Amino acid sequence: MILLAFVLQTMRIAIPYLLAAAGGVISERVGVIALGLEGMMLAGAFGAVLGSYYGGNAWIGLLCAMSAGVIVALILALCTLRFRANQVVVGIALNLLVIGATRFFLRLAFDSASNSPRVEGFGGEGSGLGVMASFSNPIVWIGLLALPALSWLLWRTPFGLRVRAVGEKPEAAATLGVPVRSLQVRSLLLCGVLASLGGAYLALDQHQFTDSMTAGRGFIALAAIIFGRWMPMRVAAACLLFAAAETLQIQLQGAQLVPSQFVEIIPYVLTIVALAGVVGKSVPPAALGKVS
Amino acid sequence: MSVEATVGSFAVRMQKVCKHFGAVHANRDVDFEVAVGEIHALVGENGAGKSTLMHILSGLHTPSSGLVEVFGHDATGWGTNAAIAAGVGMVHQHFMLVPTLTVAENLVLGREPVRGLQIDRVRAESDVRTLAERTGLRVDPTRTIAELSVGEAQRVEILKVLYRGARVLVLDEPTAVLSPPEVDELWTVLRGLRAQGDTIIIITHKLDEVMAISDTITVMRDGRSAARLATANTTPRDIARAMVGRDVALALDAVPRAPVEHTRSPSTSAAQVAVSASSSSEAALAVRGLTVLGDRGNRVIEALSFDVQPGEIFGIAGVEGNGQSELLDVIAGLRRAESGSVHLGHRDVTAFDVRSRADAGLSHIPEDRHRRGLILDYSIAENLLLGQQHRFRSRLGLDHARIAEHAATQVQKFDIRPPDPSLAARTLSGGNQQKIVIAREMGRPFSVLLAAQPTRGVDVGAIEFIHAQLRDARAAGKGVLLVSADLSEVLALADRIAVMYEGQFACLLPANACTAELLGPYMTGASQSSAA
Amino acid sequence: MTTPHGNGMLMRAAQALLAPVLAVAIAMVVGDLLILTYGESPGTVYSLLLEGTWGNAYGFGQVMYKTMTLICTGLAFAYAARAGLFNVGAEGQLAAGGFAAAIIGLLLPAATPALVAVLLCTAGAMGAGAVTGAVPGVLRARFGASEVIVTIMLNFIVLALLNYAVASHLAVPETLHTEVMQAGFVARLGTWLPAFAGSAANFTIVAALVAAVVAWWVMFRTRSGYELRAVGLQPDAAEYGGVNVPRTWLRAMIWSGAFAGLGGINFVLGYKHYYEEGFAAGSGFLGIAVALVGRNHPIGIIAAALLFATLSQGGLAVNALVPKQLVDILQAVVILAVATTVPEVQRLLQRAASAAVRRKSTEQPT
Repeated sequence: MILLAFVLQTMRIAIPYLLAAAGGVISERVGVIALGLEGMMLAGAFGAVLGSYYGGNAWIGLLCAMSAGVIVALILALCTLRFRANQVVVGIALNLLVIGATRFFLRLAFDSASNSPRVEGFGGEGSGLGVMASFSNPIVWIGLLALPALSWLLWRTPFGLRVRAVGEKPEAAATLGVPVRSLQVRSLLLCGVLASLGGAYLALDQHQFTDSMTAGRGFIALAAIIFGRWMPMRVAAACLLFAAAETLQIQLQGAQLVPSQFVEIIPYVLTIVALAGVVGKSVPPAALGKVS
Repeated sequence: MSVEATVGSFAVRMQKVCKHFGAVHANRDVDFEVAVGEIHALVGENGAGKSTLMHILSGLHTPSSGLVEVFGHDATGWGTNAAIAAGVGMVHQHFMLVPTLTVAENLVLGREPVRGLQIDRVRAESDVRTLAERTGLRVDPTRTIAELSVGEAQRVEILKVLYRGARVLVLDEPTAVLSPPEVDELWTVLRGLRAQGDTIIIITHKLDEVMAISDTITVMRDGRSAARLATANTTPRDIARAMVGRDVALALDAVPRAPVEHTRSPSTSAAQVAVSASSSSEAALAVRGLTVLGDRGNRVIEALSFDVQPGEIFGIAGVEGNGQSELLDVIAGLRRAESGSVHLGHRDVTAFDVRSRADAGLSHIPEDRHRRGLILDYSIAENLLLGQQHRFRSRLGLDHARIAEHAATQVQKFDIRPPDPSLAARTLSGGNQQKIVIAREMGRPFSVLLAAQPTRGVDVGAIEFIHAQLRDARAAGKGVLLVSADLSEVLALADRIAVMYEGQFACLLPANACTAELLGPYMTGASQSSAA
Repeated sequence: MTTPHGNGMLMRAAQALLAPVLAVAIAMVVGDLLILTYGESPGTVYSLLLEGTWGNAYGFGQVMYKTMTLICTGLAFAYAARAGLFNVGAEGQLAAGGFAAAIIGLLLPAATPALVAVLLCTAGAMGAGAVTGAVPGVLRARFGASEVIVTIMLNFIVLALLNYAVASHLAVPETLHTEVMQAGFVARLGTWLPAFAGSAANFTIVAALVAAVVAWWVMFRTRSGYELRAVGLQPDAAEYGGVNVPRTWLRAMIWSGAFAGLGGINFVLGYKHYYEEGFAAGSGFLGIAVALVGRNHPIGIIAAALLFATLSQGGLAVNALVPKQLVDILQAVVILAVATTVPEVQRLLQRAASAAVRRKSTEQPT
C-alpha cells in the first residue's frame, strides 16, 4: 500500500516533467535551446483554467492550454528563427512575459492577483489513493507515452531523422532539400503543445490557477533533458528519478531526516555534475543555439 | 528526359551569366557549356568565380542576369530542390554530412524510403549497398560518419548525390583533402560514371588533375570565362596562360635572391628528409624532432627538424592538410608539441606561451586572418595592438595617445585604405585587412617571421606589396618561414624550399634547383615512383 | 575604444542607439494595446506612470532605489557578455551578496567604525557574488560546461541553500529575515535631502555608479578589458594575440559575480539592515534586460537601469487604472524586441558600411 502510494505520487509529480521534457527534447534536438519551457507550461496552466472555466469542461481547457503553448512557441520561433535573436535571451524573456501576462489576464478575467476560481478537472477525485483520478485523466496517459513515442519518432521516422540532422548540421540538411526552417517551426510548436499540457495537468489537478504555479518545473525538465543526454528514454528516467526524490522527501517530511531544500537541489546538482563531465560527459546537439 | 531535350547534347549550358554580391562581381558574362557524358574541368585561380558559377547551377545562388539551361530546359534561377530533381548534384568542398548519423541515414535524408510511418531501414541500407557496388564507391552503410576517414566521407558525399539520381555531378575541389591513392581511386570512379553516361564537372586549380581526368576545359579568370579547350589538344602551359592572362613563366621568374650559403646540394635522394646540418646556434629559427598530434589524436607531424637562417626565406610548399597548419601553430605557441623543441636564436622557447614568443622576436602572419589574424569588430587601431597590448600600458590602463599615434603611423606606412584608424577591420577589403596584419607583425622588432598563406584572398596590388615586404625582411636579415599552398609564390620568394607531405618534408632543395615540375611529384607523395 | 574620432565611431554610436530605441517603441505599442483592452486611455496611464515616478521626490527616490540593484546586475551580465559568456546567474549571486553583507553586519561589533563596517560588508557582498560566479567560470574554463545552464541551475541551488540557512537557523521567528545587523548601515538619501523622505533610496547608489565607472574603465581603457572584449568577439584571435582564453573567462565570471553581489548591499546596508528571502527577486533576470538595452555599455546600463526601474515603480503608480503587471509584460517585450532588433539592425548597418567602404577604396587609385 505504501509502495502504491509512493508510485502514484511519483507519477503525479512526474507527469508535468515528462511532458515538458518531451517538448524540450524535440526543441533542443532541432537546435533551439529549451529555456522557455517554464513559460510554455505556465501559459498552458493558465489556458487550461481559462478554457475550463468559460467552456465549463476540462476538454475545452485542454484545447485552450495547447493554444496558449502554441502561441508562446510561435513567439519563440519568430524571434529566434526569423529574426535570429539570441535563444537564451528570448527563452528567459518569454518566461518573464508569461509570468506578467498570466498575472495581467488573471486580474482581467478573474479580478484576482493570486488565483482563479475553482474549475472543472477530469474528475475521479476522492477515490482511494487517486488511482481513478489518474486513469481517467487523458493528460496522464499522454505524459506517460510522450517520451517513448518521441523516442520512436526520433529514431524510426523520416521526421525524426530530419530533426536529428537539423540539430547537428542544418546546412547539410538544407543542401539535401530538407526544409530546415519549417521543420524547426513544427518542432517548436510540438514542444509548445507538450509543455503546455504539462502546465494544464498541474492546473486541472489543483482545479485552479495560482500565480507562477509552475514554480521552476520547466527548469527541472530542462535539467532532466541534460541529465538524460537528450535521449528520450534516459530523459524519462531522469524525470522519474527527480520525481521519486521529491516524493520521498514529502513522505518523509515528518521524519526530518534531510532538509527539504537539500532534496530540492538534487536535479540541479546532478545536471551540473553531468555537464562538467565527471561521470561521462553530456554533449548537446552540435547546432544547439546556433541558427544561421 | 526526352530525346528532343538533349538535342545538341548539352547537359549544361550557361550564357552570359552575371552574379554580383553587393559591389563585388563574382561572375561577369560567363559562357559555360558541358556536353552530356563528358568530364569537364572548370579551372581558374582562387576567386576566379568558379564556385559561384556552380552554386548558380546547383540552385544555391540566383544569377543576377543570364541564362541557365540543363538538358535543354530553362533552369535560370531555380532552387536546390529543382536542381536535385533535374539531376544536378553538387559535392561541396566542405563535407555536408551529419557526423552523428550513419552513412545510410545521410544518404536517404530528405527522401527516406518508408514502410508505413517508419523509415524502411533495411531497404535504405540495401539501396546504399547496391549503389556502392554499381559505382565502386564502397562504404559500409551502417557506420556513422564520425568513424570514417576523409576519403570515405567523400565517397559518401558522391554517393549522396548519385542516390538522388544526379546525372550531372559537380565536384568542388574534390582532391584537396585526398591522399594520392585516394585520388587515383576517385578518378577510376569518375571514369566509371562517365562510362555509364553521367556528366561530370570538376572544379579545380590543379593542372595535373585537369590533364589526367578531363575531356574538356573551361578556364575562368576574374569572373569571366577566359577559354574553352579540348584537353587532348592542349598543354598545361596553355591552360596556365589562360588562367593567369599572361605567360606563366612570369610566376617562375627569378627574383634577386640573397646569397644562399646554407642550402645543401639538390642531390639528396628523393624521399630523404633533410635534417639540419648547420649549427643551431646561428639559426634564426630551429625546429628539432617535432612530433605533433592533430585534433583527432593522430600524428600529423612526425619527428620534423629544420632551421631557418637569418636573411633567408624558407618556403614550405605542399597540398594543404599535410601538417603545415599544425606546424605553424606549434611554432607560434598555439598548440602543444608531443615531443621535440623550438628555438628562436639561441633560446629554447618550447615552453613559452604565445606572448613570450612574441617578446622573444617571433612575428606571425596567421593563415586565416578572419579567424585568428584580426578581430573583425575591432578598429584598425585596436587590431594593430593585438598581441602587443602589454607594450602599450600606461599607469592606469592602456596608453591611448600612444596607440593613436602608432595607428596613424602604421596606417600611413603600410598604406592601409581607407586611412581611418577608427574603422572596424570588418569593413575593409581583403588586401587592406591583410595589410593590418602585416603592419602589426612586421612594423615592430622581430627576428623570425612566420608567413602563412600571406597573399590568400587579396588583390594583385596587395600581393606585390606583401611580397616586397617579405623580401625586405630577408634583406634586413630576418628569418622568414613562408608556408603557402600557392607553389608559384613559394618558387618566386623562397631561398630553400621544402615540400611537406604527411607531416614530413618530402624534399628540401635550394630554390634555384626547383621548378614546379620537379616539386609537383613530391607534393602528391609520388616522388619515388616518378623520380625514378 | 575611443581612439581617433571618425566614421567608425559614429557608425557604432548609431548602431548602439538605434536598436534600443526601436525596442522601446515596440514595447510602447504593445503597452497601448494592453491598456486599451483594459478600457483605459494609454495617454492617461503613461502620464500617471511618469507622474508617480519622476513627478515627485518619493516616487523618484523609489526609482533610484531600484536603479541601484539594476545597475549592478546589468553590469554583471554585461561584463561576462563582453567576454562572450552568458551569466544568467545574477539572481543567485545577488542573493548571496546580500546574505554575506547581512551576516558580516551581524557578526561585527556594534562599535565598529561605520566606514570600516560598510567597507567590510561591501567586500563581503562582492566576494560572495564572486565566489558564486567563479563556480560556472571554473566549470566553463576547465570542462567546457555551458555557463548558461550552470548559472541557471546554480540560481536554484544558491536560493535553496540560503532558504535553508535562513529558515532553519537564522530567521527571526515568524519571519523570513535575519536579525537586524549590528553595524554597516548606509544612510538613506532622505536623511540628507528631506525631499526623499520615506523612500528607500540610499547612498549605496554611489557604489553602483562607481562600479559602472570602474567597469567602463576596465572594459575600454585597460589591457585586461581589451583582452576581455577580444575573447568575447573572437576567442581564436585573442589566443593568437597571446591571451589566455580560459583564464579570461574565469576572471570575467568572478568580476561579473562581484558586480551582482554588490547589488545586495542596496537592500541590506541601505534599507532594511537584514537579509530577507527574495529581497530582490527578479532583479537578476532584469539585469539581462538592462544590459541588452544598454548594449553592454556602462553608460547605457545606467540609462537602461533607470528605464526599467521607472517601469517597475510606475507599475505601482498606475495600479488603480490597469494591473501593475502590465509593466512585467512591457519589460519582457522590451527584452524580446531588443534581442530581435539588435541582430537585424546590425546586419543592415554592417551591409551598408562595407558597401560604402568598398566603394571608397576601389575608387581610389592603388
